[in-house]
Amino acid sequence: MTEVVTGMDGSGTTAAGPAPAAPSAAEPSVARISNWSEIRARFLANKLAVFGLLIVVILLLVAVFAPLIAPADPLHQDLMNTLKEPSSKHWLGTDALGRDQLSRIIYGSRIAMIVGLASILLACFIGITLGAIAGYFGRIWDTLIMRVADVFFAFPLLVGAIVIILLMGRGVLPVVISLGIFSWATFARLLRSQILSVREMDYVHAAKALGASRRRIVLKHILPNSVTSVVVYAASSVGIAIVAEASLSFLGVGVSPEVAEWGNMIFAGKDFMGVKDYLWVYPSLSIVTTALGFVFLGNGLRDALDPKLR
Amino acid sequence: MGRYVVRRLGQLVVVVLGATMILFACLFVLPGDPVGSIGGDKARDPAVVKELRAHYGLDDPLVVQYVHYVEKLGKGDLGEDYTQGRSVNEILQPKLVNTAKLAVTAIIFDVILGLSVGVLAAMRRYSVWDVSVTFLTTLAVGVPSIVIGMILQRFFVVELGWFPLISDGSFNSMVLPAVTLAIIDAALVAQIARSTMLEVLRADYVKTAVAKGLPRRTILTRHIMRNSVIPVITYLGISFGGLLGGALITETIFNWDGIGLALITAIQSQNNPIIVGVVTYSVAVFILLNLIVDLLYAALDPRIRLS
Repeated sequence: MTEVVTGMDGSGTTAAGPAPAAPSAAEPSVARISNWSEIRARFLANKLAVFGLLIVVILLLVAVFAPLIAPADPLHQDLMNTLKEPSSKHWLGTDALGRDQLSRIIYGSRIAMIVGLASILLACFIGITLGAIAGYFGRIWDTLIMRVADVFFAFPLLVGAIVIILLMGRGVLPVVISLGIFSWATFARLLRSQILSVREMDYVHAAKALGASRRRIVLKHILPNSVTSVVVYAASSVGIAIVAEASLSFLGVGVSPEVAEWGNMIFAGKDFMGVKDYLWVYPSLSIVTTALGFVFLGNGLRDALDPKLR
Repeated sequence: MGRYVVRRLGQLVVVVLGATMILFACLFVLPGDPVGSIGGDKARDPAVVKELRAHYGLDDPLVVQYVHYVEKLGKGDLGEDYTQGRSVNEILQPKLVNTAKLAVTAIIFDVILGLSVGVLAAMRRYSVWDVSVTFLTTLAVGVPSIVIGMILQRFFVVELGWFPLISDGSFNSMVLPAVTLAIIDAALVAQIARSTMLEVLRADYVKTAVAKGLPRRTILTRHIMRNSVIPVITYLGISFGGLLGGALITETIFNWDGIGLALITAIQSQNNPIIVGVVTYSVAVFILLNLIVDLLYAALDPRIRLS
């Protein structure tokens, strides 16, 4: 996470000269691509990384098969059985409207996964496209795109997201778009700085000399060799996006309040603090587990793909 | 150095202008008719509506409105609040001070706790202390501030009653929100401090200093600390922007009367000038801090020639 954010000022703008770190950053990436089995072995040897992967896979399964796993309808209100402590009938109790907490948590994983993955995919798409243009074409494109990135970077994630949500209204799609729009700048910066070093590599010059088209050079040579750090950052960003999404809902500007979603549940449980703690403890645990899963996965990927970055 | 500052300031202007465009667009597109909410029932009278629209310059072309907005912004004027008719600055300034108090306390906490824990872990590498620091900081990074805030409030306010539930602005009521705000960053600072310390400890200039027979203390302060602190400063500068975002959550949980709480309240009452005011403040603070960090950088590390 730290190595990502160090290049604060988009300096070195259009200069073609390789950054000081160029050789060391790019050399391993050449060998890296052809060694999937080695990467896999390194990843699997890392217990924490495997644990993170396990959490993420389980969460995905829970999200996909929520209707089969959940014991009840997460929206079904049972007003005769409100605020029941956890029991054999309701494993995690019921909320103030008699809704089954376990089912709400299970369905909540859907919102978390959809928002986390979709918003980072959007951020990757914008960031990789613009970062590649800035890094490869340089000149005016570079200046223009990086200054726009600076502008987006100047908004704290939650504050920026709130602005977009105010414009679009509450809901899953606005949350996805707002988080994506205020996350792409880091991806663009990261990719651009990688490309600046990769495009001076001999194999790129060789491809150019052989008369390869620009398109081919960018898609076949430059992107595959500079995208590693973006992938690593994306993995840990999903966790950040999920936490941001829950925070937005907690603040009353995320998904609608009746939706089964972890941030909403914590907010609803806040009024019962000290009396009915199970209302907010279990959704909190879900968020923590998810966030940790992605942190472990991201760190594991980083160490496996590029041991030098550790 | 001078040229670098000028260039950075130039970039700053571009970023500020870009940010104002986004902010202005928000001001303009945000749902809700500003005039409708000001006048209440009376605004239905066409003459009053016309008067009000003229007062706020709502009939001018967009570009003219934007220029007016930037002009006012340049003078530090954020306009007038719709519900109380007071200037946004007047309303927000005391709240900004409150948030700043919170953020600065959190940063101090980050530096003291994060640095000392990280440095000690690096100096006793692979000890029980080091391993538990690595473990705990990894865990802390995954625990979002909503959860930390809820847990702290549950135990220290509800269970033990050490701190007030509704904050009264006193130092006592600032402790928990500041800690909530600081924990994740303190963990990250500790991680960064540990890894840079380990790197610096292996550096040739440290070996040289030891070989020269310099006192441990001098090596630690002059050679090791000064060189390990740079990544930490970079991180803290960036995290300050995050603190403003985190303040939204901590201020809401602990009822701390800062700009985060003001933003949430303004959203609930559709008070657009306050919303735009808070966002403007946070962007401006973030940009300024980045500049300060870059300059501090240069002051600390003579190798950074700021090209």
